[in-house]
Amino acid sequence: MSTSRRRTTAAAALAGATALTLIATGCASSENAASSGDGEITLTIATFNDFGYTDELLQQYEDENPGITIVHNKAATSNDARDNFFTKLGAGSGLADIEAVEIDWFAEMMQYSDLLTDLSSDEVADRWVDWKTEAATDADGRLVAYGTDIGPEAVCYRSDLFAAAGLPTDRTEVAALLEGDWDRYFEVGQQYVDATGAAWFDSAGATYQGMINQVEFAYEEEDGTVIATENDEVKGIYEQVLEASATQSAHLGQWSDDWFAGLANGAFATMLCPGWMLGVISGNAPDVTGWDVADVFPGGGGNWGGSYLTVPAQGENTEEAAKLAAWLTAPEQQLSAFEAAGTFPSQVEAYDSEALTGATNAYFNDAPVGEILINRSQAIEVAPFKSVKYFPINDAMQKALTRVDSDGTHTIESSWEQFVADVNALG
Amino acid sequence: MTTTATRPERPALASPPPALRPERSPRRIALSQTLSRWDVKVSPYLYISPFFILFAIVGLFPLLYTAWVSVHEWNLIGGQGDFVGFENFAFVLGQPQFWIALRNTFSIFLISAVPQVIAALLIAAVLDRNLRAKTFWRMGVLLPYVVAPVAVALIFSNMFGDQYGLINNMLGRLGLDPIGWHSEVLPSHLAIATMVNFRWTGYTALILLAAMQAIPRDYYEAAMIDGAGLVRQFFSITIPQLRPTLIFVIVTSTIGGLQIFDEPRMFDQFGQGGASGQWMTITIYLYNLGWGQLNFGRAAAVAWLLFLIIVIVGLINLALTRAIASGDSPQKVLARSQRRAAQKEAAR
Repeated sequence: MSTSRRRTTAAAALAGATALTLIATGCASSENAASSGDGEITLTIATFNDFGYTDELLQQYEDENPGITIVHNKAATSNDARDNFFTKLGAGSGLADIEAVEIDWFAEMMQYSDLLTDLSSDEVADRWVDWKTEAATDADGRLVAYGTDIGPEAVCYRSDLFAAAGLPTDRTEVAALLEGDWDRYFEVGQQYVDATGAAWFDSAGATYQGMINQVEFAYEEEDGTVIATENDEVKGIYEQVLEASATQSAHLGQWSDDWFAGLANGAFATMLCPGWMLGVISGNAPDVTGWDVADVFPGGGGNWGGSYLTVPAQGENTEEAAKLAAWLTAPEQQLSAFEAAGTFPSQVEAYDSEALTGATNAYFNDAPVGEILINRSQAIEVAPFKSVKYFPINDAMQKALTRVDSDGTHTIESSWEQFVADVNALG
Repeated sequence: MTTTATRPERPALASPPPALRPERSPRRIALSQTLSRWDVKVSPYLYISPFFILFAIVGLFPLLYTAWVSVHEWNLIGGQGDFVGFENFAFVLGQPQFWIALRNTFSIFLISAVPQVIAALLIAAVLDRNLRAKTFWRMGVLLPYVVAPVAVALIFSNMFGDQYGLINNMLGRLGLDPIGWHSEVLPSHLAIATMVNFRWTGYTALILLAAMQAIPRDYYEAAMIDGAGLVRQFFSITIPQLRPTLIFVIVTSTIGGLQIFDEPRMFDQFGQGGASGQWMTITIYLYNLGWGQLNFGRAAAVAWLLFLIIVIVGLINLALTRAIASGDSPQKVLARSQRRAAQKEAAR
């Protein structure tokens, strides 16, 4: 769930650091998952941010399966989880029995799919939306990860700021207003800026993220050839978003302290909103009443983030761990995770459930978030191809955007040159 | 008064059966002699060996293993690849990022270490006086040290926010332009150095204070009778007497300063040293290579380069500290004052 650069609150970071220490010291599967003669098994599960796996949910599994004890470790950010995951995957020991993996570094992990347990079975064959399952199947046809959530994107907006700028405030009218491509989004943005003098969106980086996730082959071709620096589409998006940013961006780097402050103080009027972002907004700006969410996304649909559960082969109880992973990613459990953390399920069956279709969010002016996100997920047409170099290249791109948008130290052209140099240095 | 106890005779043990005597007794004597000789020669080394064995395992082995990794292609997960000789070193040295990182490391080190040692010296000198509630003040300066670095970074990142930070808000109220704490090079170094100094100044001050208290008070009394003021006492007695401690403090703060990681990593949300590497230190660069790009070979090369840099800087540092501290030794001071007196004579 969420992006790699997600940092929730300051307190969460601190708590996460503690959690990481726990992971680093105590949760090695070889230590905790030891099974003794009478069938007592301890399973460790490592996640990050908030997957919505509450203690009650895990308790339910323990009650239904006597002899199983579950230990749940949470890292603060997906970046922390990634570092920990790769270090211990390489070391050959120390990972939890079930490890959560985020989509942005999923491709990097898939290179080493032979270090993970094959989880395919008839029971789960048609559980997820197709593209979610395809991404988790390796060249040998082994399914190595179970999908948890996806991040269908909508647009969040401040209805009070819209009203002040003379724009419509009702969410269906806003959806109609923004219907169209990115040009339309930036055009309305310019109207807003002209009317108020305030910023339209939070940062170039976050907006770029929404745009690049609509491109199927952005940085790499199917055979892994890096095309990032020659791809006109990438450069076009880069230039378009930065040209708009000059007047429309609040220049707040996503996940920075300033950005969190901006969520609450009305520094910007709109932002791109995957399902999991709703919780971030309501959690960090609890006293703001203006936030709302519209059933629209520029340029069609888009997915941002989403995670998987994997069972590393180095664990001692891979069979029991696979059972737990299958249970956790079943539609019923993902629905309760949605209720707890707003993570939108990737399970097809869940979309018919009353718990999802009828879900509303009081913070967002009672928006029917379940229905909106289902519509948004059906609008997704492209599953971006993310191979080995995707994560580091996208990192370099985000830095290029930051140099122009937040730092203001480079021009669009000179920052692009630096980006080209950075990508070449990855070689 | 002493009593001499006579040793009880133990014929059975003292004199073995005559048949065995010729072979066994010389051998037994030889063995016990050898043992006691070994005892004298080897035991001291045995007693200190745990440190060296431990050092070999946790210090020397990683050092050598890193060297081994640095001359190979090495992926964090894939593990060892081809032997590439010094290619990793050549690549790293050819990267502008490495030189930016080197510049940042030295800049942050100088901005933090120099004011820190000077401030610590002054604080220690004040604490060395007769203050009311001595222990309270002494514990007070150590307080920042017990705060976890992550917590320090959280507090300071709030203060150093670019748009809504405490400091920029106050500057704005005074009608001044906000400072780009995260976007510009020097301000970001200043902000990080502030975090480092906040944490370490008190600790350094306490070490210096301990050394100051070991200076015999007679020196000060004698100096006072000779008419030396507080400042003169500080420069002519305290500083020269602190020499070994100063060398220790400077060497350790050099090593710590060149390896600085926590503060720059916690300085923004990405932890990679800024979009143009404004505050990317060598350790951050190493981390980006090893864990961001999963390229352990290059990361190991950076680690070795950092090691060499620290050794070189440490040696320079040691030489400088020696020169400076002995330049202030009492003999030289005397010589200088004599020279000054002579000059005065001549002027007259």
